[in-house]
Amino acid sequence: MVEQSTGFGVLSLLVFLPLLGAALVLLTPREAAGLHRVLALATTVATFLVSLWVFAGFQGATYHFQMVEFVPWFPQAGIHYRLGVDGISIWLILLTTLLTALSAWFSVYVRERTKAYMAFLLLLETAMLGVFVSLDMILFYTFFEASLIPMYFLIAIWGGERRAYASLKFFLFTFAGSIFMLIGMVALAKLHEQATGVWSFSLMDIQSEVANGRLWAGALQTQAVVFWAFAVAFLVKCPAFPLHTWLPDAHTEAPTAGSIILAGVLLKMGTYGFLRFCLPLFPDVVANQVPILCALAVIGILYGAAVSAVQPDVKRLVAYSSVAHMGFVLLGIFSLTPTGMVGGAYQQLNHGISTGALFLLIGLIYERRHTRLFADYGGLKARMPLFAALFLIIMLSSVGLPGTNGFVGEFLSLMGAFEASFARRFGLHPAYAVFAAAGVILAAVYLLWMFQKMFYGPITSEENRRLKDLKPWEVALVMVFVVFVFWGGLVPSTFTKPMEASLHAARMMALNPVGQRPDWRNLELEIDPKGNLVRVEPRTREALATPPNYGEVVVPAEKHYPLAKPSAETAKEQPRA
Amino acid sequence: MVEWIPLLPALAAALTAVLFVLRRDNGRLAAMPVIVATGASLALSVAAFQSVARFGAQIGQIEWLRIGDFSASVGFLLDGLSALMLLVVASVALLVQVFSVGYMEGDDGFARFFAYLGLFASAMLGLVLADNLLMVYICWELVGICSYLLIGFWYRNRAPANAAKKAFIVTRFGDLGLLLGIILLWSSAHTFEIAALEKLVQTDNLKPVLLSAGAFFTVVPLLVFLGAVGKSAQFPLHVWLPDAMEGPTPVSALIHAATMVAAGVFLVARLFFLFHASPTALQTVAWIGGFTAFLAATIALVQVDIKKVLAYSTISQLGYMMLGLALGGIAVGMFHLSTHAFFKALLFLAAGSVIHACHHEQCLLRMGGLHRRMPLTSWTTLAGALALAGVFPFAGFWSKDEILASALRSPALFALALAVAGMTAFYMTRLWFLAFAGEPRSEHASHARESSAWMGVPLVLLALAALAGGAINLPGSSSLTALLEPDRQAHGFAWPVAVGGLAVALAGIAVGVRLYGRDPARDAVTRLPKGLYRFLSNKWYIDDFYERGVARAAVAWGAMVAWFDRNVVDNLVNLAAWICALVGRALGSFTNGQPQFYAAVLALMAVIAAALVGLAATGALGGILP
Repeated sequence: MVEQSTGFGVLSLLVFLPLLGAALVLLTPREAAGLHRVLALATTVATFLVSLWVFAGFQGATYHFQMVEFVPWFPQAGIHYRLGVDGISIWLILLTTLLTALSAWFSVYVRERTKAYMAFLLLLETAMLGVFVSLDMILFYTFFEASLIPMYFLIAIWGGERRAYASLKFFLFTFAGSIFMLIGMVALAKLHEQATGVWSFSLMDIQSEVANGRLWAGALQTQAVVFWAFAVAFLVKCPAFPLHTWLPDAHTEAPTAGSIILAGVLLKMGTYGFLRFCLPLFPDVVANQVPILCALAVIGILYGAAVSAVQPDVKRLVAYSSVAHMGFVLLGIFSLTPTGMVGGAYQQLNHGISTGALFLLIGLIYERRHTRLFADYGGLKARMPLFAALFLIIMLSSVGLPGTNGFVGEFLSLMGAFEASFARRFGLHPAYAVFAAAGVILAAVYLLWMFQKMFYGPITSEENRRLKDLKPWEVALVMVFVVFVFWGGLVPSTFTKPMEASLHAARMMALNPVGQRPDWRNLELEIDPKGNLVRVEPRTREALATPPNYGEVVVPAEKHYPLAKPSAETAKEQPRA
Repeated sequence: MVEWIPLLPALAAALTAVLFVLRRDNGRLAAMPVIVATGASLALSVAAFQSVARFGAQIGQIEWLRIGDFSASVGFLLDGLSALMLLVVASVALLVQVFSVGYMEGDDGFARFFAYLGLFASAMLGLVLADNLLMVYICWELVGICSYLLIGFWYRNRAPANAAKKAFIVTRFGDLGLLLGIILLWSSAHTFEIAALEKLVQTDNLKPVLLSAGAFFTVVPLLVFLGAVGKSAQFPLHVWLPDAMEGPTPVSALIHAATMVAAGVFLVARLFFLFHASPTALQTVAWIGGFTAFLAATIALVQVDIKKVLAYSTISQLGYMMLGLALGGIAVGMFHLSTHAFFKALLFLAAGSVIHACHHEQCLLRMGGLHRRMPLTSWTTLAGALALAGVFPFAGFWSKDEILASALRSPALFALALAVAGMTAFYMTRLWFLAFAGEPRSEHASHARESSAWMGVPLVLLALAALAGGAINLPGSSSLTALLEPDRQAHGFAWPVAVGGLAVALAGIAVGVRLYGRDPARDAVTRLPKGLYRFLSNKWYIDDFYERGVARAAVAWGAMVAWFDRNVVDNLVNLAAWICALVGRALGSFTNGQPQFYAAVLALMAVIAAALVGLAATGALGGILP
C-alpha cells in the first residue's frame, strides 16, 4: 500500500507559525524590547486564530484523525511527516495556543533579555503543538523532547533564586523518563516489521496492526514491558507520585509565563500520552495495569493535598495542588468508563485554565511585591478588591465548586471511578473512589487556607499598604480565564461533545477483543451515537485531509456492521439502554 | 414561570455587581435590584403555591449534560413541600434584605453585601426547587459558598475569616456523605431525579449496587443524613454555626437561622421516602436530633453573647425538627421549620437592632434597660421569645406540640424533648431580661435608640408571623399535613401533651423570671456548680477536641508528609543521580575532549540500545526480561 503525499496543510501552518515568529524575533536588534513583545504577541495571537480555524473545521462526530497531513520522509525506516487531530487533541491544541498567547501578553513584565525570552516562548509553542498533532512516533518524540529545551532555559535564565537546581532537575527527570519511551517506540516499530515486513513509526499503522491482533500476536509479557516504558515517561510528566518531585521546584522557580505553560500544557503531555499511546496500543494488558495507575492517582490526590496544606510559599502550594488535580485526570481516564474518561480529559482543560490562571494571578502580585511567602501577605483584599474577587473565582474553580468548570471535570472523573469500582471492574475496589472523593474536601482546606492567608485579616506590612489594584489590561487578561471558568461550568457540553467519539474509541481500543476494536486506518469503521462500532460508507483519507465540511457521519440503519458476537465481558461493558 | 423564581435574584446580583460593586457605589440604591427581584420571586412563589394547591405537583426540566448513559438535567419539582419552602425562603429573604438596608447603611461593602444576598437567595431557591439530586448538590454547595462569603464579610478581622473557613470546611465533611449517597443512588438507579427515585423505591424496583438491599437502604439515607448533619449543624458537626455568628447579623438571621441551616431538614424531608424504608436510619435521625437539641440547649443556658445564645438555640431547634421528622413525618418537621424560620429570623433581626443601637455591643452583661429605649425591638423580641418557648397561642406552641406528641412513641426521647422545651423557655427569659429589663450596664446601652423604619417594619411583620404562624396547621384543619402528606389522616389534638408542654414552658419562664426578674444585673447561671458551669461554657469541650485534637493532628500529618516528600522521595531520586555521578566519574576517562570520539560512542550506544530492544521485542531475551 503506497500512500499519497497530501502536502503540508493547516496543521503544519499551526505548528510552524510560532517557529517563524521566533525566527523573526531573532532577526530584530537586541535592545528593541517593545518590538520583541509585539512580535511575540502577534505571532501567538495569529497562532490562536489558526487554531480556531482548525477547530472550525473539526468534526466531533468521528473518532478518526482529521486534517491528516502525510509527507514521505524516511521511507526505509518507516518514519514520515504525519500530522492530524482528533477529539483527544483538539482541545489541548486550543488550550496551548490560548495559554501561550496569554503568557506572551503577560510577559510585558519581562524586562531582561526580551529577545531570547520571546524566542524561547515561541519555540516552546511550536514544540507543544507538535506533540499534540504528531501521528508519527519519532516526530512525537522529537517535539516531546524539544519542548524541554526552551522550558529549561526559561527557568534557568528568568527563574527564581534556585533556578539552576530547578531547571536541571526538571530536565533530567523528564528526559530520563522519555528515554524509556523512545525504547518503547523502537520496539513497537520493530514489532510492526515482524508483523507486516515493513518498519513503521506511524501511530495509525501500528494501532491498525494492534487492532487486528497481528502486532502483539499474544505476547503479553512484552506488551506489559513496552506499556510501562511509555507509562513511566508519562507518569513523570503528569506528574504522579513518586515521580513528582521535579514539579514543585520547577513550578516555583519558573517565571510566571513558564509556570502557566508548565502547569497548563506541559503536564497535559503526560495524560495526553496515556490517551494516545497507552490505551490504544496495549489492549491485552491495559486492564491489568488499571489498579496500579488508579492507586497512583489516588495517592497523588491525597498526598498532593496533604503536602499543599503546609507550604509556606504560595507557588509551591499551587504546584502541589497540581499533583492532586492531575490525580483526578489520571483516575478518570483509567476508570475506563465513558463518564470517567470524558471527565478526566475535561479535567485536563480545567486544570489548564484554573491552575494557569492561579499562576498568572500569583505572577501579577509577585511583580508588585517580589515575594511568594504567605508571611509577607495578608489583608490584600482591602487594597486590591478587584484582584481579590478574580482570585476568589479562580480559587473556587480549583476547589471544584459547582457552577465552575472544575466541578464538572472532578465530578465526572469521580463518577467514572465509582462506576468502575462498584462493578469491581479491573480489580478496582470502591475504596479508591471513596478516598478520591475525600480529596475533594481536602482541596477546600488548603485552597481556602491560601485565600485567607493572602487576602483576609489586617494588613501587616507597610509595602502591602501601598499596593495598587489591577490595571485594566491585567483585568482583561484574567477575565479571559474567568469566562472559561463559567462557560466550562455552566455549559460543559460545548467542551465534552467534540471529544466523546475519540475517547470512546480509545476506550474500545483498550478493552475490546480483536474484531471489535476501532481502527485508526480503517475509515469504514465509525462509532455511532450509541457508542457501538458500525461500518459506514468508506471515506478517503483525502476527505479527512480537507478541513471543512465533509458532513456529519451518517449511519444508514441497514448498514449496521454485524460484529462478532460480543463476549460476556464486553456485553457487560455495553451501556444500558 | 417557576424557573424565574431562582433566576431573578441571580440576575439582580449580577446587575448589582456590575452597576454598584464595580463602581464602588454603596448608596442605598444598591440594595434595590436584589430587593425588587426577591420581591418578584416571592410573588411568583405565591402564584406557584396556589397553582400547586389547585393543580398538584409540576415538573419541568431540560438536559444539561449527557455522556453515554450518564445524563444530568436542570429542572424543578414543584410540589407541596417545595412550594411551602419557597414561601418561607422568599419571604424571610425579602424581610431580611429590607432590614439590611438599615442595618448595613454606611458600610463600605454595602453593595457587595447585597450582591451576595441575591446570590444566596438564588441558590437557596434553586435548592428548594431542584428536581434532581445533582442539582440539589450543586445548589447545596452554592449556598455553602455564599455562607462562606457572608460569614467572612468583615474580612479585615481575623475572627470572621477563620469562622468562614471553619464553616465551609466542616460542612464539607458532611457534603462528602451527601455526595457518596447521591452517587450510590445513581449507580443503582441510573437517574438523579427525585420523583423517579421515589417511584423506584416505592415499587421496590431499585436494585442496589455493591451492597445488599438491607444495607443499601440503611447506608444511603445515613450518608444523605451526614450531609444534613453538616448543613443543619447537628452533633457532631455543629461547631461551625456558633462561630458563624461573626457574620453580619442579617446574615445570621437569614442563612444561619431561617433558611440555609434548615436545608438539611428540608433535604431529609425531600428524601423521606429513603428514610421511611429504614428504621435504623430513622432512629439515628431521631437520636442525633434529640441529643443535639439537648446539647445545644444546655450550652445556650450560659452564653453571654446575645447572638451565641440564639445560635445555640438554632442548633437546638434544628435538632428538634430532625426529631419531629424522624418520629412524626414530613409535616411535623416542616411545620416547625416554617414557624421557626419566622420567629428565629425575628429574634436575630431584633438582636441585630439591639447590636446596631449599642454600637456593636453583643455581650448581654453590658446591655440592660433597653425596654424603655427601644420599645418596638423589645416587644417584638418578646413575641419571638414566647413563640420559641412554645407559649399558647404563639406559632411555636403549635409546631412544638406536634413534635412532642410524636415523640411520645419513645419515652426517652420524649423526656429529652420536654427538658429541652423547659431550658428553651428559661434561656429566652434570661436573654430578654438581661437585654431589656433593669438599668443600662454600659455606656452604649444607655445611649441606645430605636432603629429606623427599614429595620422596624420587618420586625413587626415577623412578629405577626410569630404570633399567628401556627394557623397554617391548626389541629383539626391540618392544612399543612394535607399539602405535604395527602395520604395521611388528619391528626387529632393531644390535650395532655399540649398542656404538659405548655406547663414545662411556663415553668421555665417562671424560673427565669424568678432568677432575673428582680435583679438582671446578676447573671444567675454563674451560680451553677462550678464544674458544670465550666463544662457548659466550654461547650462540652467539643470545640477544643476539634481544634486541639483534629486540626492539629491534620497539620502535623501534613507536615510529616511534606517532610517525607522533601527528605525521602526527593532523596531517593538524588541517590539515583549520585550513583550516576559515581559511574560518570568512573567513566570520566572517556571525556578526552574529542568530539569525534563522543559521536562514535553515542552512535555505538544507540545501535546497542536499538539492538537490545529489537531482541527484547522479538523475544530473544525473553528469559532475561521479566
